[in-house]
Amino acid sequence: MANVFPADFAALEPYADWALQGERARYAKRVASSMEELQAFYDVAFPLLDKGTEYLEKVTLDGIGDEDKHLLWAFCSLVTVAFPVEAWGQPRVPDSGPSSIDAVVEPVV
Amino acid sequence: MAHFPKPSEGSWTEHFKIDTEPVSYADSISPEHYELERDAIFRRTWLNVGRVEQLPRKGSYFTKELDAARASVIVVRGTDGEVRAFHNVCRHRGNKLVWDDFPREETKGNCRAFTCKYHAWRYDLEGKLTFVQQESEFFDLDKSRYGLLPVHAEVWEGFIFVNLDPDNTTSLKDYLGRFGQGIEGYPFHKLTQVHKYRAEIGSNWKLFIDAFAEFYHAPILHSGQYVADEAAKIKKYGYEALSYDIDGPHSMVSSWGGIAPPKARAMVKPIERALRSGLFGPWEEPDIGLTTEQLPPAINPTRSKVWGMDSFVFFPNFMLLVWRPNWVLTYHYWPTSHHTHIFEGTAYFVPPQNAFQRLQQELAVVSFKEYGLQDGNTLEATQTMLESRTLDEFPLCDQEVLLRHLHTTARKFVDSYAKQPSTAS
Ligand code: FES
Ligand SMILES: [Fe+2]
Repeated sequence: MANVFPADFAALEPYADWALQGERARYAKRVASSMEELQAFYDVAFPLLDKGTEYLEKVTLDGIGDEDKHLLWAFCSLVTVAFPVEAWGQPRVPDSGPSSIDAVVEPVV
Repeated sequence: MAHFPKPSEGSWTEHFKIDTEPVSYADSISPEHYELERDAIFRRTWLNVGRVEQLPRKGSYFTKELDAARASVIVVRGTDGEVRAFHNVCRHRGNKLVWDDFPREETKGNCRAFTCKYHAWRYDLEGKLTFVQQESEFFDLDKSRYGLLPVHAEVWEGFIFVNLDPDNTTSLKDYLGRFGQGIEGYPFHKLTQVHKYRAEIGSNWKLFIDAFAEFYHAPILHSGQYVADEAAKIKKYGYEALSYDIDGPHSMVSSWGGIAPPKARAMVKPIERALRSGLFGPWEEPDIGLTTEQLPPAINPTRSKVWGMDSFVFFPNFMLLVWRPNWVLTYHYWPTSHHTHIFEGTAYFVPPQNAFQRLQQELAVVSFKEYGLQDGNTLEATQTMLESRTLDEFPLCDQEVLLRHLHTTARKFVDSYAKQPSTAS
């Protein structure tokens, strides 16, 4: 099977299901996951993001390839996962109860 | 401990001659008062319904549900390129003219004419009735008398506003006043990367404006957004604005910069450090053709070196936030009843040039959403307790001066409307 992500980011392959298009889908996966699952993804993805700045700065969005697109989506997932891991200690925003805010317009990539 | 100077009267609230007494929130829990606000405010003032970029071509249109004003409008770019608005009502039997599967949901698209789903009456982009099914069956039908009902529409700096009052004579420019004029020239047209969020909120529309027109709550409600040490420091520091200003029904708060970029990187969470971004936006600002010092005069009005962002409240329900790192956020609060409303938050960025910048912007909007969830849910707790009428007056501090102004203004609109015999029927 072909790689989902660029070769430098092969460590992310087991977390390919986080390469989701759209903030809504990524947020839905976050709140449906356990803290252990979020932490496991974060522990692998965060160092790759931290080291990946230079690579990401070279990826232009016009005509972006599939592997880079998946990488971008997975890191977008990392952005939303960072809140439970770094701040909340739980998948949902504390005290946010039943309330929701939905993305209704988003950039294409 | 004062961090920034206040007017000579000693407080902003006294400076603007708004009283300093505790306030009543009866205006936010009364269904009767809300019914008055619908006519006195939402059917009479200029309402922002979108931006020109949403109408890229001739024939581009979108609909906007204005529940509070008992209206749905079609906003469309005509064959002449002009932006117009019409009531979304077919002249034949009153069907809603433009909608997709769900009549209550907003829609958008591109077309050459609007055709009613009921009996196929057709209107051109300028609202003229151009086709009637089986026209000969009607009784001397004069098609020129049955065009779509127009709604006043005007554009300011790319923001499209409508006014549902057929007798309105105040131009949009005059309505937006000193702040509108002082913001003109900001290159909004360069900020075409759009993220938009929507939420149904269980509170009166003014209560959410209250939550976003003061930052007094930020170090407390949102303390979990900071690393622990920093949260404690921020709490101790409290919050003070650089300045407040009021112009007619509108108001603004100018705020210092906080954390974009932070003084020490240890202040921020790891993801913010890695992406050099956060709630205040990407730390490095993109080129918008103007330096911070060159921004139009209403933005950073005190020309403070530590300026971070301005929040303008354009009455009744449009807020515009201009951030130092050259991006913009708008808030809209669309009432659906005295204790519910739809909140919209829209972020506008300069289009990112690469994947890293795209992620920086993602972190900014996702941070906004996390904050918004905290705010929105708190409001439901506030609304239910206000409705319990356990208490009927509330002390507001000087950092809450815009709230006083908002509620006072809304009440004034209702009072003066109720006094007009011709319209109060
Ligand atoms: S109601 Fe529109 S054509 Fe009949
Ligand atoms: Fe808040």
